[in-house]
Amino acid sequence: MAYRANILISSAAPGAQEVEQALLDKIYEHHLDNEVQVMQAATLGPQLQGVELVIYPEGTHYVHLTPEDARVIVEEHLLKGRPVERLMFKGIEVEPLEAPASKEIRVVLRNVGKIDPGNIDDYIAVDGYAALGKVLTEMTPEQVLEELKRSGLRGRGGAGFPTHLKWTFARNAPGDAKFVICNGDEGDPGAFMNRRVLEGDPHAVIEGMAIAAYVIGARQGYFYVRAEYPIAISTLRIAIQQARDYGLLGENILGTDFSFDLEVRMGAGAFVCGEETALMQSIEGARGMPTTRPPFPATKGLWAKPSNINNVETYANVPQIILNGGGWFASMGTEKSKGTKTFAIAGKVKRTGLIEVPLGVTIREIVYDVGGGILNDKKFKAVQTGGPMGGCIPEKYLDLPVDYENLAKVGSIMGSGGFVVMDEDTCMVDIARFFMEFTQDESCGKCVPCRVGTRRMLEILTDICEGRGQPGDIERLEAMAKYIARASLCGLGQGAPNPVLSTIEHFRDEYEAHIYEKRCPAKVCKPLIEYVIDPETCIGCTRCARNCPVNAIAGKPKQTHVIDPSVCVRCGICKQVCPVNAISIESKGKLPEA
Amino acid sequence: MEEHMNLLTTVLERYGGDPEALVEILRDLSQENGYVSQDLLVAVADRLRLPRSHVHSVASFYSMISVEPRGRHTVQMCQDAPCHVAGGREVWQALEEALGIHFGETTPDGEWTLQITSCLGLCSVGPVITIDGEVYGNMTPTKVQELLGHYRGGCCGGNQGGAA
Repeated sequence: MAYRANILISSAAPGAQEVEQALLDKIYEHHLDNEVQVMQAATLGPQLQGVELVIYPEGTHYVHLTPEDARVIVEEHLLKGRPVERLMFKGIEVEPLEAPASKEIRVVLRNVGKIDPGNIDDYIAVDGYAALGKVLTEMTPEQVLEELKRSGLRGRGGAGFPTHLKWTFARNAPGDAKFVICNGDEGDPGAFMNRRVLEGDPHAVIEGMAIAAYVIGARQGYFYVRAEYPIAISTLRIAIQQARDYGLLGENILGTDFSFDLEVRMGAGAFVCGEETALMQSIEGARGMPTTRPPFPATKGLWAKPSNINNVETYANVPQIILNGGGWFASMGTEKSKGTKTFAIAGKVKRTGLIEVPLGVTIREIVYDVGGGILNDKKFKAVQTGGPMGGCIPEKYLDLPVDYENLAKVGSIMGSGGFVVMDEDTCMVDIARFFMEFTQDESCGKCVPCRVGTRRMLEILTDICEGRGQPGDIERLEAMAKYIARASLCGLGQGAPNPVLSTIEHFRDEYEAHIYEKRCPAKVCKPLIEYVIDPETCIGCTRCARNCPVNAIAGKPKQTHVIDPSVCVRCGICKQVCPVNAISIESKGKLPEA
Repeated sequence: MEEHMNLLTTVLERYGGDPEALVEILRDLSQENGYVSQDLLVAVADRLRLPRSHVHSVASFYSMISVEPRGRHTVQMCQDAPCHVAGGREVWQALEEALGIHFGETTPDGEWTLQITSCLGLCSVGPVITIDGEVYGNMTPTKVQELLGHYRGGCCGGNQGGAA
């Protein structure tokens, strides 16, 4: 049945259920249910703008919707044909779904938000499973590997290992049973590109895995997805069942003698399970603790069988490479880093969200052209890439082309593509402490340098942030960082010191201000700051004093108020409620005591 | 007790009694029962024919599997970098102050448990908290007050729209 209008709704957004319900109720109320089709599309566009929906064929994009807005849209747009101007998306000059921001090229995200992930026909209509068909009927595994080699595709999970080599190792490993695993344990804070792909285009990943299975000779595959992504998991399960129903998974796929099936396994909240050996332990039903490598998974992986494990994004690239050729893929990117990469921009930029750009674009282009610049037009300070094992890159590298090599050169990593932007109000010591808290918490405890070392480093960082820093602390941190990185088994321990090392390298002056002057230049670290009322500006309205939770503010009505720093808990409420902006934060520091 | 064992049977059947699905089984039990009691841990070990030590080691490893009783409502907050730089610290303090407990604790009246969750991938709308699994984005200290008020006032879900 043909519908007059198709609506895609960002069903993953908080509050989407209510909006969708209101939308459906209204559609039924006006008997439009035979004319209008509502489809759930996890998320839409390059950023999450609250609950969003797009009405096709026009492509009208509505954002920040409440249930009431949805009712208005049905009555105005659908019933009377009058688009509701005030609810429309007005972010970028270009339509985010049709033409992404100018620097963007969509390969992995090409279908996300455009097709119904719950309907395999939608995927097939955009050449879905054509690559698998081509591989099974026209190509030998060697030819597939050759194409992958030509493409230059490298692992998108973080380390950037050439995909064709990984597959070759697993193919050449002797063994009767082999496994293909998809790492969907996207745990890096601020990275949600895999979630978007799994929720918006699950079949692309399934197809990529099936091709991998054909190449290495596997019959069984596992999707390991973190349990924090319930929508991704249910979308994936539906997609797998539909692929089975169509004979694209299961026995004798497309009439060939290739058979392959998939199972979804869920995590249970352990960051370290994103590490490949820990992930396989978790699939086997054990504590997710990394094991020594070698042996690598390619020779001895899941249940000690040869296994190929790749990230969601890596697999999602494969069908496109087969269809368009490795040369096409290699035409994008830099000399050693080919193709596109998805990044999740978060933090202090105007437009947060997911983007996909060819490797080699500069940090400046990502922050300013795609991200729209710093929030409130403040000053850019640093960008943290690669998640908790990555580093902070300062302003002087704004024009650095982003690829695997360059990020490593400046002390960070590509990681899975987290891109957290920080402005002048961010304290870099606090950020380092913050990441160390994360790794300390997520360390599985197997390697002593990681388990104990991260704790020691955290204690030193906390001391510095709270004004108890000692001369020599910076050097102590540097020495410990070296030992932890060298003596830990997996990427978590090896990368844990990176946020500290990179902030020391690029923002040593901030560490020194904390330690020697007991001053926080960004005015963030509570024990080192004071809230001060400007007597010139204060109008004596008493609002700050009334709102202060600890009664630290004294003053009569119509007279200047004063904050007692010994009582003040630095909660910042007074600054929020002051109608004339008379309250500022100061960090004057103290001279070292004699 | 018997109720627990019925739940166990249901969950085990869901995974075909497969010991390799131990992580999933324990997570489901934790979610559906609120936590996995010592009795349940022992029963899981017996039914799956796994060593009790192994079951306990797995249960205590994963953050989504709780071996301690939890409150009637569970509030989780993402504490990761994007939420942190978007004002998470203030929301964090507001939650601790409003509930009178620290993260990882349960209120003495058994109403509220406050937990940290790892990144939910909703970084564009940070800071993010969840209450009983329902996600709330763009949180501020003021919104925390409002939201908790909702849950305290009504029987459940603040924005579930009369689901009862």
